[in-house]
Amino acid sequence: MNAYHIIIAGHGGQGILFAGKFISYAGMIREKNVSWLPTYGPEMRGGTAKCSVIISDAPVGSPIVTKPDVLIAMNLPSLDRYEPECAIGAKVIVDSALVPRQLVRTDLAGYYIPAQKLAEDNGLHGLTNMIMVGKAIREIGVCAYEDIEAAMEKTVPERKKNLLSANLKAVEIGYNFPRYSFE
Amino acid sequence: MAKVTFNIDRCKGCNLCVEACPKKILALSHDELNAKGFHPVEIIDESRCIGCGFCATMCPEAAITVEKEGRAEISAAMEKVLMKGNEAMAEAAIIAGCRFFFGYPITPQTEVAAYMAKRMLEVGGVNLQAESELAAISMVMGASSTGVRVMTSSSSPGISLMGEGISYLAGCDLPALLINVQRAGPGLGGIQPAQSDYFQATRSMAHGDFHIISLAPNSVQEMADLTMKAFDLADQYRMQVMILADAILGQMMEPVILRDAEKKKLPEKTWAVTGTGGRRKKNIINSLYLSVEELDKVNRERFARYKIVEEKETLFEEYMTDDAEIVMAAYGATSRICKNAIATARTKGIKVGLIRPITLWPFPKKAFQKVAQRAKAFLCVEMSMGQMIDDIRLAVGGSKRVAFCGRVGGMVPSPEEILEKLEQLNGGGVNA
Amino acid sequence: MSIVYERPKALSDVPIHYCPGCTHGIIHRLIAEILDQLNITDRTIGISPVGCSVMAYNYFECDMIEAAHGRAPAVATGVKRSKPECVVFTYQGDGDLAAIGMAETVHSAARGEKITIIFVNNAVYGMTGGQMAPTSLPGQITQTSPFGRDTKTTGYPIKVCELLSTLEGTYYAERVAVNSVKNIQNAKKAIQKAFVNQIEGKGLSIVEVLACCPTTWGLSPGKSMEWLQDNMIPYYPLGVYRDMGAKEGGAAR
Repeated sequence: MNAYHIIIAGHGGQGILFAGKFISYAGMIREKNVSWLPTYGPEMRGGTAKCSVIISDAPVGSPIVTKPDVLIAMNLPSLDRYEPECAIGAKVIVDSALVPRQLVRTDLAGYYIPAQKLAEDNGLHGLTNMIMVGKAIREIGVCAYEDIEAAMEKTVPERKKNLLSANLKAVEIGYNFPRYSFE
Repeated sequence: MAKVTFNIDRCKGCNLCVEACPKKILALSHDELNAKGFHPVEIIDESRCIGCGFCATMCPEAAITVEKEGRAEISAAMEKVLMKGNEAMAEAAIIAGCRFFFGYPITPQTEVAAYMAKRMLEVGGVNLQAESELAAISMVMGASSTGVRVMTSSSSPGISLMGEGISYLAGCDLPALLINVQRAGPGLGGIQPAQSDYFQATRSMAHGDFHIISLAPNSVQEMADLTMKAFDLADQYRMQVMILADAILGQMMEPVILRDAEKKKLPEKTWAVTGTGGRRKKNIINSLYLSVEELDKVNRERFARYKIVEEKETLFEEYMTDDAEIVMAAYGATSRICKNAIATARTKGIKVGLIRPITLWPFPKKAFQKVAQRAKAFLCVEMSMGQMIDDIRLAVGGSKRVAFCGRVGGMVPSPEEILEKLEQLNGGGVNA
Repeated sequence: MSIVYERPKALSDVPIHYCPGCTHGIIHRLIAEILDQLNITDRTIGISPVGCSVMAYNYFECDMIEAAHGRAPAVATGVKRSKPECVVFTYQGDGDLAAIGMAETVHSAARGEKITIIFVNNAVYGMTGGQMAPTSLPGQITQTSPFGRDTKTTGYPIKVCELLSTLEGTYYAERVAVNSVKNIQNAKKAIQKAFVNQIEGKGLSIVEVLACCPTTWGLSPGKSMEWLQDNMIPYYPLGVYRDMGAKEGGAAR
């Protein structure tokens, strides 16, 4: 595959945009063409937040992702809304701690991880997003494992550098979480 | 002004800097030999040096010093950064020497003001949140009157409020940069992307006979580059230059290189009000003329200047038009969606290309006239009910069918629906 | 023999367009005298309003800008922020300052812009031919209040000095009149202070000048002076409304 069309969705405050930015930087490190498009305005205030990221060998045309081949769903409304839009064969990462169902479509590949619970158990409050990203790296390869640190370095702003190691830890937890099927 | 100095005796004549120079103004000396016995590098035309630092970056001997007036922080930013379009325009304005920003917050361009609030402090400039767009544009007028580079930024409803001041800027021939990150209208409309201010930007900004230059970037990189160009155009022609962007471009992030544009030689601002200093007669910045002859004359002079702009400054991109039977027309974010549609259409054997106007005023009429000789039909794609399409019809003069595909209300046309329209046009509809 | 008075150099040597007996000419002259005395003409930038004094840019020897209606304080803000070393003043009438430009007036004061505002209040719209202004007196007959201004439907006159003196950013606000020699002398002192404050880097200074419009008032110039004295001054009392310099114990006059 020479392009990823990624949708990351959840509710405002879950770090959806930050997760998208991290994946974008990881793409940039590999000199890919990338675009990042957020939702904005009142939609952000506690509503659904969505971030469209494209990582591609070719120049990015429209930055809008209408048929995602990667979906990172961080709550139930997001899965409900974007599952039907997924391209055939798309890979879907689901936070099973927050989403009480499996994928409906059988032409998609689902990967389940109780990210919210893992974050709480590991004292990584607010880093559910990066656990999900870790899982996406493991299952889909949205970025190279060895680029994680460099991409994080670029994504975390200067004034928040103290949070760098916690973010890295979250990615690691997601990356190392064993595959399991929904029961 | 940039200055390059070489430590000649360190130079080993490796030629790396010569090759790296984007302006091709370095060469190895023919006659000179340095102490080491090499033909050292020399600069052929220092006046053309842009101070990019590429030569020094390449030099294995660290024998090159590049100096640039007050812009030391820029060369550090030569690498690619991920930035929102709104932020890229703001940083580009700083690089272009703009130190005065007057605005009023409005979605989806607020990042421009937020960015300026931080950066202007760092560079010792002025960022002022006005009480309204009416006031903001008049503050722009005041600052521009003193000859400094100044800008404002807003989105559709705010731009309407600024109409008054923009007309005054035009009537006073004051240079200024105006940014419009378009959202859906009319009225309060919505905050999602739109391209429905095309008529306003190209025809009906406000009362009176005047034009502004409208630039339509389609990437974050272009938002930065065109912002820098806009200041030069404004100063060169004493005009108001608008970056007509949209919410997609303003909000999206893409990698961008913030490179300094080549320093153009611009006319001196002898008209500025800076205090007479006792050295000259007073200057008046004014748009009021009670003598009809005089007002007729200044309008004609202004339009003579516009003519030059039309001849010299029209910009557009042609994409796969060589063999195209259908030529699409789109600017800004929609042009990117068209390129997606073209890729799919071509695999289906539809010969389609795109003309992307980069200047909306002046409009690239000739480009359309040229392709109209061989193309069978045009398809104009806009996030509006059809505005730019009028300019295409005016350009091709009824000789060819000009079809339309548009979305409004903050909706964005998808590549699929554009493709459908292309297939219709191709399947017999082309000659209809 | 010494010269008692001569035309100030900062006042351009051209005829002015105002009606006979119009007090704009007096106020222009006072400003020009101050520019001469303070020797600041060559670093002063004036902003003209829209209204009768729209062409004030022709009458001062300093650099001038003609602003959109009501926006003079915003234009002045842009000038002062980009050229802080310059002295910037606006010259505005009651329609320009207190109606269409009220937001710009209040906010430039709230920000404490280091500018000088000369506000000419003649209680009527002069240029358009004598319509009701935001400062027209209760009961005052104008073209658009033919039976006298009715406060029940048109509200009350705006007392600009009182209003602006409630704002922290206003450094100095004084109301003067130009209907007598004594009042004119006081007006000059106030205008001088408003410019000196700016030169010393203080906040916004405004001088409200009660003025006559004989033409639209339908009175002779002489009678106009009396009308101002008898009707305007009781409603708009003269005096200093805010003077932070005096409060600081500084350079109060």
